[in-house]
Amino acid sequence: MVNWDLLSNALVSGVLLGGFYCAVAVGVTIAFGMLDIVNIAHPAFIMMGAFIAYFFNTSYGVDPLLACIIAAPFAYIGGRLMYRLYYFAFERHGEESLQGLAFFFGLLFIIEVGLLLIFGVDYRFVEARYIGPGINIGFVSIPWRMLIGLIVGLAMVAGVALFNAKTFTGRAILAVSQDPGALRLVGGNPVHIKEVAFGISIATAIVAGALLIIIQPVEPSIGRDLIGRVFAICVLGGMTSLPGTVIAAMLLGIAETLTTTYLGPSWSPAISFGILLLTLGVRPAGILGR
Amino acid sequence: MTLPHASDRAVGEKRARLRARTILPLAGMAIGIAIVFFGLDWVGTDYAYLAAYTVLQFVVLATAWNILGGYAGYVNFASAAFFAVGVYTSVINYKTIKLPLIATMPLAAIAAGLLGLGVGYLTLRLRGTFFSIATLALSVVMNTLVVNWAFVGGSRGVYVLRPQTIEFFGPYTRYLCIVMLIMAIISVLIARAVERSWFGRGLAALKDDEIAAECAGVPALRLKLAATALSGALMGAAGAPFPYFVTYVDPATAFSLTIAVNTIAMPLIGGTSTWIGPVLGAVLLGSLQQIATVTISSALNLLIVGVLMVIFITLAPNGIVGLVEKIRERRA
Amino acid sequence: MSTVSVLSSRGVVKKFGGFTALTGIDFDLGQNERVGLIGPNGSGKSTFVNCLTGALPCDAGKIDFGGTDISDMAAWRRARLGLARSFQIPRPFRGLTVRRNIEVPLAFAAGLSDQAQIEAQAEEVLARVGLTAKSRKAPRSLSQVELRKLELGRALAARPKVLIADEAMAGLSDSEVDEILVLLMQLNDSGIAIVLIEHIMRAVVRFSQRVIVLVAGAKIAEGTPQEVMSHPEVVRAYLGQ
Repeated sequence: MVNWDLLSNALVSGVLLGGFYCAVAVGVTIAFGMLDIVNIAHPAFIMMGAFIAYFFNTSYGVDPLLACIIAAPFAYIGGRLMYRLYYFAFERHGEESLQGLAFFFGLLFIIEVGLLLIFGVDYRFVEARYIGPGINIGFVSIPWRMLIGLIVGLAMVAGVALFNAKTFTGRAILAVSQDPGALRLVGGNPVHIKEVAFGISIATAIVAGALLIIIQPVEPSIGRDLIGRVFAICVLGGMTSLPGTVIAAMLLGIAETLTTTYLGPSWSPAISFGILLLTLGVRPAGILGR
Repeated sequence: MTLPHASDRAVGEKRARLRARTILPLAGMAIGIAIVFFGLDWVGTDYAYLAAYTVLQFVVLATAWNILGGYAGYVNFASAAFFAVGVYTSVINYKTIKLPLIATMPLAAIAAGLLGLGVGYLTLRLRGTFFSIATLALSVVMNTLVVNWAFVGGSRGVYVLRPQTIEFFGPYTRYLCIVMLIMAIISVLIARAVERSWFGRGLAALKDDEIAAECAGVPALRLKLAATALSGALMGAAGAPFPYFVTYVDPATAFSLTIAVNTIAMPLIGGTSTWIGPVLGAVLLGSLQQIATVTISSALNLLIVGVLMVIFITLAPNGIVGLVEKIRERRA
Repeated sequence: MSTVSVLSSRGVVKKFGGFTALTGIDFDLGQNERVGLIGPNGSGKSTFVNCLTGALPCDAGKIDFGGTDISDMAAWRRARLGLARSFQIPRPFRGLTVRRNIEVPLAFAAGLSDQAQIEAQAEEVLARVGLTAKSRKAPRSLSQVELRKLELGRALAARPKVLIADEAMAGLSDSEVDEILVLLMQLNDSGIAIVLIEHIMRAVVRFSQRVIVLVAGAKIAEGTPQEVMSHPEVVRAYLGQ
């Protein structure tokens, strides 16, 4: 007999987790899916965001989400500068994705170890009024902190979609994602477009970091667990498609919570990889890709 | 590929130069081997042997990584996973059939090679970046598998008893060191053979332009799979003696970040175009780290490696070997 | 003109998402023939070449090479059978010397295993395309016309029965165009059937025994150069632009 209580809680948790995963993956969809910038350090920036939230929360009592929203513009600028460095060193020569990948890997690693040196290996958590309590609908419990993850995550995807539809740079990004050769025809400066996109990507990562530490305690090496999830969602969602990202994030969230509920939490990191490999092997275009 | 000087000198002179390029590095290797045998024996402590073991292990790992990374241009972020396959093959052997170490190494190589084939088959038909992303996630997954597998100790780990001495070789640590030395020599010889063969040149053509290479008759997928399997197999073989080296094996040690990062940093810093680069990188960086771990924390140590790697990639993309060649070209 | 086709296609269709690049192309190339393939930009010429050589899979249709169905064959196998192509924008192996660039197809497509033989034949190919002086150089030091020659040299080194030259003369001066044309004629003289894809009309007219016109993914005309040049649809769709 199916335990409906357990199942429905797992499904709901999955959707909530999926919303958070939207926030986590949208930056990768922009940078990697649409513009081919293989920023594997994205999870490290999420961790940075989480620790920024932690720092301002414990030192100044600032709400963690607010801290990261304020930090987001700085992250945007930082992201743009970082892309300039990357472009100057690697893409300009038009070759050696080997070095480009290794560059981002180095960044991933430097950030993780840097956080380790500053904050240590202990789990850190933040405090806010919405962490802990939740609402109960029937026998389904919805913690507030997860709900915030869902709302902010979806809002971020919607925001990016709006940006892509309404602004020139956004539409240029869309055009390029559908036809890389269109970069020159678009009339904008291709480097500028990629730079802006990367800035946005990093900014989303910082905010996602706030969501992460709101949802669960963090320690620096969690970033590596996120890598598989982030790219699994991007690939499964069809790389360039924002709706695809949402659907894939939800699917992954549900798959993980079902696994955690029925098999135990220690298996959930493997789920994302399984999904990633399956997608790459069977249908590399993903769900909504072409 | 390295380019000879653009000149019309007599064939005799060209041959002399080629001889120098081959003899010098091989002489360097012979000197290194002599140091290990006589210098370490002179010091004679366990610590000396184990320090040398670590450096030699990195020579194997860096060389193995470079076969796929430097020659073919495919970045493998999961060296720790392949290494761990070797480690845990050895652990399973220790808990079951108890074959001697020498026999375990080929088994470990086969297991890791099969993993390489599997991951490669699923991802190598796509762009190189997908392969790299898949390898990123692979480490985490293998880690999860091991953590959930009670037989090999799960997250609590296993203890491996290491004999004090072994006949003919003396201290067991000396034996381990020699085993790894032989492994290092084998892997360098393999890398050198690949580099000079049509297998290696095919990989170089693939790395430059896969579509053009296919139109020139190069069987892209086959070569890439072969390189992945070979690279993985060597890494697995390097992992087989590891349990006896550390005597306590848990996922945190086997999948350590040190291995993942060093395996990539060493060839990149040393130079990826030839077998000399990974050896240089491993010996230099490995020795530095052995000295540094005594004085600074291991986290700071890793940070420095990471920063060095990024600096080298940005400023000297062809590593130390590349810098040396640039200096030579300027002088010519 | 020979009646036995060395390379032929039937109904080749290629789609990119919602866009149909090739609507069903029938094509025959006789042994040792010289065929020109022309059409406006975006008409599908390069796509067709990519389907023939295996760089792209086709969505429908059959391709036959000397009696063998190669429709599902991998590109490298087709190269080994003797189907070679040069690229519109030269794609040399940047990390290898010019000589090594030539040696790769000799070792793989032509299947030579003896190093001495490979080196000797590489010398021969280099001499035929006129790149002997540059054999030790890296491709980045070559001029445009030399890069084109390297492209053709690489294709020649595959010891092909068919060579598809994709816009081998684009962007070259008049005398350089003539150089390439002479080279292609010589290759044809030695028994290689050549498909010339070009926009430079005087080259197409001088070179081709037969011309095929592709517009918007469909063949709209086929015949001798004179017939095709005066065909009203061709004039309207292509030459009138």
